[in-house]
Amino acid sequence: MDKFTTHTGVAVPLKRSNVDTDQIIPAVYLKRVTRTGFEDGLFAAWRNDPEFVLNRPEYAEASVLVAGPDFGTGSSREHAVWALQNYGFKAVISSRFADIFRGNSGKAGLLAAQVDEKVVQKIWDHLDEHPGATVTVDLESRTVRAGEGPDAIEDSFDIDDYTRYRLLNGLDDIGITLTNEADITTYEAQRPSWKPATL
Amino acid sequence: MGKTLSEKVWDEHVVRSAQGEPDLLFIDLHLIHEVTSPQAFDGLRLAGRKVRRPDLTLATEDHNVPTLDWDKPIADPVSKTQVDTLRRNADEFGVRLHPLGDIEQGIVHVVGPQLGLTQPGMTIVCGDSHTSTHGAFGAIAFGIGTSEVEHVLATQTLMQAKPKTMAVTINGSLPEGVTAKDMVLTLITHTGTGGGQGYIVEYRGQAIEELSMEGRMTVCNMSIEWGAKAGLIAPDQTTFDYIEGKPEAPTGADWDAAVAHWKTLVTDEDAQFDKEIVLDASTMTPFVTWGTNPGQGVPLGGNVPDPESFEEEQDRVGAENALKYMGLEAGTPMREVHVDTVFVGSCTNGRIEDLRLAAEIIKGHKVAEGTRLLVVPGSVRVRMQAETEGLHEVFIEAGAEWRGAGCSMCLGMNPDQLTPGERSASTSNRNFEGRQGKGGRTHLVSIPVAAATAVRGTLSSPADLTELTTV
Repeated sequence: MDKFTTHTGVAVPLKRSNVDTDQIIPAVYLKRVTRTGFEDGLFAAWRNDPEFVLNRPEYAEASVLVAGPDFGTGSSREHAVWALQNYGFKAVISSRFADIFRGNSGKAGLLAAQVDEKVVQKIWDHLDEHPGATVTVDLESRTVRAGEGPDAIEDSFDIDDYTRYRLLNGLDDIGITLTNEADITTYEAQRPSWKPATL
Repeated sequence: MGKTLSEKVWDEHVVRSAQGEPDLLFIDLHLIHEVTSPQAFDGLRLAGRKVRRPDLTLATEDHNVPTLDWDKPIADPVSKTQVDTLRRNADEFGVRLHPLGDIEQGIVHVVGPQLGLTQPGMTIVCGDSHTSTHGAFGAIAFGIGTSEVEHVLATQTLMQAKPKTMAVTINGSLPEGVTAKDMVLTLITHTGTGGGQGYIVEYRGQAIEELSMEGRMTVCNMSIEWGAKAGLIAPDQTTFDYIEGKPEAPTGADWDAAVAHWKTLVTDEDAQFDKEIVLDASTMTPFVTWGTNPGQGVPLGGNVPDPESFEEEQDRVGAENALKYMGLEAGTPMREVHVDTVFVGSCTNGRIEDLRLAAEIIKGHKVAEGTRLLVVPGSVRVRMQAETEGLHEVFIEAGAEWRGAGCSMCLGMNPDQLTPGERSASTSNRNFEGRQGKGGRTHLVSIPVAAATAVRGTLSSPADLTELTTV
């Protein structure tokens, strides 16, 4: 996994709450057996609408998504994270993420930055005034920044310490766990014999 | 201080615990299907890793499979590739697979319990958010993404931060004709889709204890729809009776040892939950959704709400968007909403009790003109049991389509899909935009409401059928 320290990119306001993973990528797009090529399915139904925010030219290079609360609810499909990444997104900012989506983001290297609802509104207001403006998501200092001068926005975001550490260092979870393989073997040796087995 | 049920199960599975790190949890059972596993097996191959415990892993084909012509090659080449990939991976890595055509094939969350692999006190994961279903047995069961699927395949463990605990106590008894599905839909409208976020929830109270195992599975299945990490129910005699004699259940001295342990899996008297919700089952009624998330629900006797009636702006905007998508006018009685397709099935309501109840209501009636009824058993075993009992004849006689086992119309991935603008009453778990097919409009309902709706063509309860007969 690539290291994530800080990212500055064009931010796109997605002014909807409860953006479920069926909206991020409908099931019909989940049939690939690779981790790439899912950008076509990203927000597929909404992108049919020419007025949909991602279709506007000022957001063509967007890499930061600023969404309403309860982003990523529903299905566990990691394809939702891959679709965002394949499209070019590096970070999602929201006031509340569904647990599985947040976990999948951390594993796949997409930064899910949780901020106060007021911060989302401030960034939305800023983007309304300055469409195509950039937002910085700084994982080292856990801050989001936008704008300049007296109206500049700078606020902290929440991310759990362990996910932050892994993202900053680009660490592979399986590799970390296997350094503790002896603990797994010890645990396995004391499992009750009546626990079910499939083979 | 005592421990809650979920804390007991959690603590029994901690392989390693360190300050500032998530716990490393041992996984007792890893369920796999074709959609969320190919990239995980690829990852193993690239790293030269094996499946650590194929003996704790089980694969089945469910999301992508057709429910018609399942004995023929899958017609959609992309779907076929995904299914073939699972077969190759299962073969290469030594994983037990129940493919299409196998007698044990079916929806992964129906197959685990019916095989007796789902047992109290276990940790169970699957690359599917409805893994919470297995919590009905007093297991910690939750959905994971594909990176985590790979992690479990390689290590049989997962790194997990310990969630907070919540108790949902449902007192009283459900009135006649009101089901576990109505109970959980009522709860989700009460909490909203994010209300359970960060919690493992224990469902308890008289109404929960009175549910059958299948009803308990329906409740736990939808834990994810209000954002909970997992939902579980303390095992009791109902649980033990259900498991005993199942193919993979312990026997003899193992059974006695297992039950002795399972009986300890209850929340201690002096345990503290981080949060508690209390509801009264006796006031619950048949409940249906009007919107595009499972928290947008109303009693069947109610009306489509006015978006202006919501206090929070985001709820107001959400309701406006939902009504537009659903093609509904505020104030319309739910009972007047015409339905094109009724779907009976899914990991929420595709088990034998569900089919029995649907058949009981539909017997002697015909599916309304202009409405179709799709009945999809959750597994081949459920289908066979239903056919042994003659339930299929009741459905076919009424004009319904009797299908093969799979996820079917619950998600728009296999051939069973709604067309744009088509409206369904569905016993599944999600009413998201396009969930059942692009442009499709979904009302989540219980089995009795689905059956009665199929007969009347508008959202209905069995009580409405009595009037139909006497008129």
